[in-house]
Amino acid sequence: MNVLKLTPFPTQDKEKPLNHGRFEPYVDNGGTVLSVAGKDYCVVAGDTRMSDGGYGIQTRKYTKIFQLTNKCVIATSGMQADTLALQKKLKVMLDHYQKENGKVMSTPAIAQFLSNTLYYKRFFPYYTFNLIAGIDEEGEGCIWTYDAVGSHEKVKYSSQGSGNQLVIPLLDNQVAKFNQLLPEGPKDVPLDQVVSFVKDAITSAGERDIYTGDYADIVVIDKHGVRWEKFELKLD
Amino acid sequence: MSFNQDYISHPVFGQVDYFNKKNHQQPNQHTPYYSVHNHHQTDAGKQKTLDPIVTGSSVIAIKYNGGIVMGTDMLCSYGSLARFNSVQRQKQVGTHTVIGVSGELSDFQSLSNTLDDLTTDDFCIDDGSKLSSQEIWNYIARLFYNSRNKGNPLWNTVVVAGNQNGKSFLGKVDLVGTCYQDDFIATGYGAHIALPLLRKEYDDNPNGLSQDQAVKLIQDCLRVLFYRDARSSKRIQVSVVDSNGVKISDPIELDTYNWHSGEAAVRTFQQVALGK
Repeated sequence: MNVLKLTPFPTQDKEKPLNHGRFEPYVDNGGTVLSVAGKDYCVVAGDTRMSDGGYGIQTRKYTKIFQLTNKCVIATSGMQADTLALQKKLKVMLDHYQKENGKVMSTPAIAQFLSNTLYYKRFFPYYTFNLIAGIDEEGEGCIWTYDAVGSHEKVKYSSQGSGNQLVIPLLDNQVAKFNQLLPEGPKDVPLDQVVSFVKDAITSAGERDIYTGDYADIVVIDKHGVRWEKFELKLD
Repeated sequence: MSFNQDYISHPVFGQVDYFNKKNHQQPNQHTPYYSVHNHHQTDAGKQKTLDPIVTGSSVIAIKYNGGIVMGTDMLCSYGSLARFNSVQRQKQVGTHTVIGVSGELSDFQSLSNTLDDLTTDDFCIDDGSKLSSQEIWNYIARLFYNSRNKGNPLWNTVVVAGNQNGKSFLGKVDLVGTCYQDDFIATGYGAHIALPLLRKEYDDNPNGLSQDQAVKLIQDCLRVLFYRDARSSKRIQVSVVDSNGVKISDPIELDTYNWHSGEAAVRTFQQVALGK
């Protein structure tokens, strides 16, 4: 009797299927944040627009600034879902720290901790661009600026997000007083003057950057704690 | 001789190796990050929604004085084919929350099971406390964010609406875990077509809308969507959630323009309502 032999499974047919990996796990929800540190205070501004990754606006009232302690806030642009996960993680860890040590984590310690937290996810990063702003143990205003994987630098002023290219040169010119013909140099500026300047800066970003607009949160951190202010930007 | 799977030394052509007997490669459950390369090596039994198959279109919702109105159509498409014509895309969750879902239908059904488990567990605790809309919204957001971290997303956008203790809640979650609250929300094509209409009506009524106004607005928006969104239908459901709880309407057939040849393609809502 004839036996029909089974055909072996051709190995090259186990190739990967077509149309794979079309899921895109990252979205850029846009937005601009900036911060300027003074001698004994810090001013932070962030717009409240959340884009859908393209030309659409999902909501006009998503605040990008999150209070961590009463001496420290984090301002984040980038992907909103990752931002929320990061904020939740930081909050849990800071609560844990306070319960274990009986004191609130200092701003410089938070700054280092954020870097570690970001770097921990080096190979599937949080798509977030952060600023840590606050006052340190000496009461001096200080800012740390980050990339998505935790590289960081302590600075006196910084901006992150979709409008940072528009804001940074303005800060270089008006805060650091770089390359001025009349040598003046940076100097201590009163708080209200900085608040007013920061409002101008974010308004200007909103003028040219389509991902920045609607409203702005202005946050002032000093020895009295953290004060919030709402500020209108253009809705277009 | 009893049948033994190992007897066949290799998978036979045309026979599906359902249980992956040949290579015992398991998906790495502990991989904490999304990896494109993992897709091709994981267990054949584990499927992921890498693109949606059967999909529902827009969900739209708006707050009014005393509650929220949410509307969906009932069509679930298979690509461009209008495949299922009478699928409810809204679901009551718990006592005073309703969700409306666009995107992959099977993922919605899976989410429904998960939420039923959640509310059943909550009921069994029997402490008189019920999950709030915000808690449900947050739960869905974490669920979706976790799924996207595993590279296995639930391909939906979910609108969560609720009313409790005289306060309305309206929020949205998408497949990567983006979540926010607002006074009016639209998904899919609704975000392009219906959202401007919702916003205009909302801004034109600084003292808020009445329930009748809101219901009419949602129906009008769904009608406009039916005119221009090719993956929508005129069979709709409108749910109202207020202090009396959740009411999801029976299917409603939208009054639309009769497609007689030669008639103008655009008519006012008034003309449609009067049947002209």
